[in-house]
Amino acid sequence: MLEEIGTSAEGDLIINVGPQHPSTHGVLHLVITLQGETIKKVEPHLGYIHRSIEKMCESLSYRQFIYVTSRMDYLSSHINNLGCALAVEKGLQVEVPRRAMVIRVLMSELTRLASHQLWWGAMAMDIGALTPFFHAFREREMINDIMEETCGARLTMNYMVPGGVMFDLHPDFQKKVKEFIAHFKGKIDEYDELLTGNVIFRERTVGVGKISREDAISYGCSGPVARAAGVSCDIRKHAPYDMYSELKFDEILHTDGDCYARYLVRMQEMRQSLNIIEQLIDNIPEGDFQAKTKAVLKLPKGEYYSMVETARGEFGVYIISEGAMTPYRIKFRSPGFSNLSALDHMAKGSKIGDLVAIMGTLDLVIPDIDR
Amino acid sequence: MFSLEKISIGVQTALNNSLPAFWALMAQFAIVGVLVISLFAVLGLVLVFMERKVSAYMQIRLGPNRVGYKGTAQTLADTLKLLVKEGLIPDGADKFLFRLAPYVVMISAMLLMAPIPFSRNFQIWDINIGVLYISAISSMAVIGILMAGWSSNNKYSLLGAMRSGAQIVSYELSAGLSVLSIVILSGSLQLSEIIQSQENGWWLFKGHIPAVIAFVIFIIAVTAETNRAPFDLAEAESELTAGFHTEYSGMRFALFFLAEYANIFIVCAIGATLFLGGWMPFHVGSWSAFNQIMDYIPGSIWFFGKTFLLIFVIMWFRWTFPRLRIDQLLNLEWKYLLPIGLINLLLITVMAILGWHF
Amino acid sequence: MDQESIKNRLQEKYPSYQIDEGGQWIVLNVPVSDWKQVAAELRNEAEFELDFLFCLTAVDWKTHFSVVFHLRSILHNHELVVKVKIDDRQNPVLETVSDIWRTAEFHEREAYDLFGIRFNYHPDLRRLFLTEDWKGWPLRKDYEDPVNMIKL
Repeated sequence: MLEEIGTSAEGDLIINVGPQHPSTHGVLHLVITLQGETIKKVEPHLGYIHRSIEKMCESLSYRQFIYVTSRMDYLSSHINNLGCALAVEKGLQVEVPRRAMVIRVLMSELTRLASHQLWWGAMAMDIGALTPFFHAFREREMINDIMEETCGARLTMNYMVPGGVMFDLHPDFQKKVKEFIAHFKGKIDEYDELLTGNVIFRERTVGVGKISREDAISYGCSGPVARAAGVSCDIRKHAPYDMYSELKFDEILHTDGDCYARYLVRMQEMRQSLNIIEQLIDNIPEGDFQAKTKAVLKLPKGEYYSMVETARGEFGVYIISEGAMTPYRIKFRSPGFSNLSALDHMAKGSKIGDLVAIMGTLDLVIPDIDR
Repeated sequence: MFSLEKISIGVQTALNNSLPAFWALMAQFAIVGVLVISLFAVLGLVLVFMERKVSAYMQIRLGPNRVGYKGTAQTLADTLKLLVKEGLIPDGADKFLFRLAPYVVMISAMLLMAPIPFSRNFQIWDINIGVLYISAISSMAVIGILMAGWSSNNKYSLLGAMRSGAQIVSYELSAGLSVLSIVILSGSLQLSEIIQSQENGWWLFKGHIPAVIAFVIFIIAVTAETNRAPFDLAEAESELTAGFHTEYSGMRFALFFLAEYANIFIVCAIGATLFLGGWMPFHVGSWSAFNQIMDYIPGSIWFFGKTFLLIFVIMWFRWTFPRLRIDQLLNLEWKYLLPIGLINLLLITVMAILGWHF
Repeated sequence: MDQESIKNRLQEKYPSYQIDEGGQWIVLNVPVSDWKQVAAELRNEAEFELDFLFCLTAVDWKTHFSVVFHLRSILHNHELVVKVKIDDRQNPVLETVSDIWRTAEFHEREAYDLFGIRFNYHPDLRRLFLTEDWKGWPLRKDYEDPVNMIKL
């Protein structure tokens, strides 16, 4: 499977980054060809945690399969679950109560914040600043506590069900979220002070890992990676689901396409998420949190595709139903998979240190890529 | 009043009175050897603990707080763990060099201890070319690092060692130039004389802005020379896992670890000696009453106080800055620090010739 | 373009192809032999400009395979689904589109890995997730693995 690990015929150094390596954040395996410190080729070897979730889903019912997707992109499990729930709802033609929709959007944005916070810390750690990681985790902990109160879990939430959400909100939810917003507004400025203006950080990211708009589209990049290159691709804007069409927020676009632009997009997205939460937190309507659905769900024969904007980009769920209790075929379009395919293009010609910065700003979650 | 000088003279007279001259010298060798080794061990423990506490403070954590009184015995426990761990040698490694490398690094760190004045007349060897000796010996550590990287038979180690070589060789120049500026100001290569020349004020204050520039360059250069973040490219754990000591474990790893901290201590001690007057208390020109009060604080406390202040600054760097890239690191040295250092040296020479300093 | 005008344009342009509607998006059924050319046209013609291949997958229909391409135009913000039916189950072959949409390189490798559909002229067609010596194509309906699969 692997080439003779050593040097290539041209005398280039071939080294394996991963599957156990501090900056791959999981079991990603990259074989990189080096000329001195300069990268000639990056070749990802995937599959170290391939569980064939798509095959598993073929034998799970429409209620069960949603929770497997928490294990894909574990940092935005709410949003993954939401994507699946939306696809099933599309097939069942269920009307989701407004309260459930608001809760879903709130949870999605909290998840996005938590995911971006973790990314911020981890990316800073890749670039060599160890301290931001702890600062980011302090705030992320608050979100996790809020989540835990309502849905009982901190990482794989399993909160969405077809037709709404599983439980009602915890009575303290609004209070806690407001506390969090007040706290985080100060902290996000602190994040900026700590890293955004830092000379070394800019040196490391400006102009590094550039991808043009055309290439970003061609490589199927989505989410902050594509938006940093100037591709307007926010699903929340272009194909709004749940409440998003009624909310006021900006789609963050930058045109440089380098690591710094990707960094800025995510930083500003955090502010936008705060903005969305602020709009909704005082306006949670009363009512049901779940629509009435049958105990056994059967989707009519047909094909259903739903897409949501996760913290990493466009997550798609493609269900083909033959009218049975289980899906005939499910395909998950994971954002990380397509973003990773651009890694070689971005990293070619840069240094090893840049590769780490690029991987950090691509925000790869390996279970999401391997599925 | 407590003074290290009196102790050392007392021991010396006692030995000379009771033993023949040769054996007295041998006994002194033995005592000094034991003292240096135990100082290293204590320094390792203290500095590692300090680093962990400093980093914990910066990262809003508590740091070690279980073993011993408020966690003070944590590093001791870690050392014990490292001592009993198996020292693995990878297949295909050059076993002799692999074993030798940590000792080379360690010995070069120990040799640097010789000319450092801990207090008035409390110095292992007051060699008259002390500054030259330090510059010469401190560049030896890179041999050990290259040896470790090459003999590990690991590409990460090799890359780390190569980076480290490029880095240390480059930054040696800047460090050397800023040390030279103090040599020019004080007119001596002997460390005791350099300290003596700071009796009426430290060079950092006496030498106007050029001395401050030299000091800043010195701090940057020695941070790079000791492979500390933001210049820790030789280890860069997110890129090269652990750089040149990727394959080391157990006691050999501990030696590298210890040598890193010993090196930090030494470069900070040198910085304190050259720019901040070493054991010399804080004196201001002709304020003799103030100077007398300052003299009540023993020289060794001044020395360690200044050294640990500098160590804290270097630790502060590590826990706040991101890491540079290798080409940026070399750019910084060759395009900025070296030219600035050269011009600064010229300024200082002019200043010294015209006697413009205090 | 809205769905109706896409459908009309497609009917004009490809009168022989079957076009399904009623689902979320218009579905264009393209025969294997024409796929490469149709792909280039859909990508390059200004009125479609379907430059974003956001999902590529295959479905095993027991008698045949169909490869499904979900395409979107970033500029026009419209979507189109293209299905290519491969009748040869023993030796399914399709021409690669990885030179038209670069992302297809990875997605086609995935389809090869899990369905065994070979993509001709693909620059680097190897297993992606599974090891090189893996036997069989896991996402096919007739795949059996007594160790890793749990039958309900």
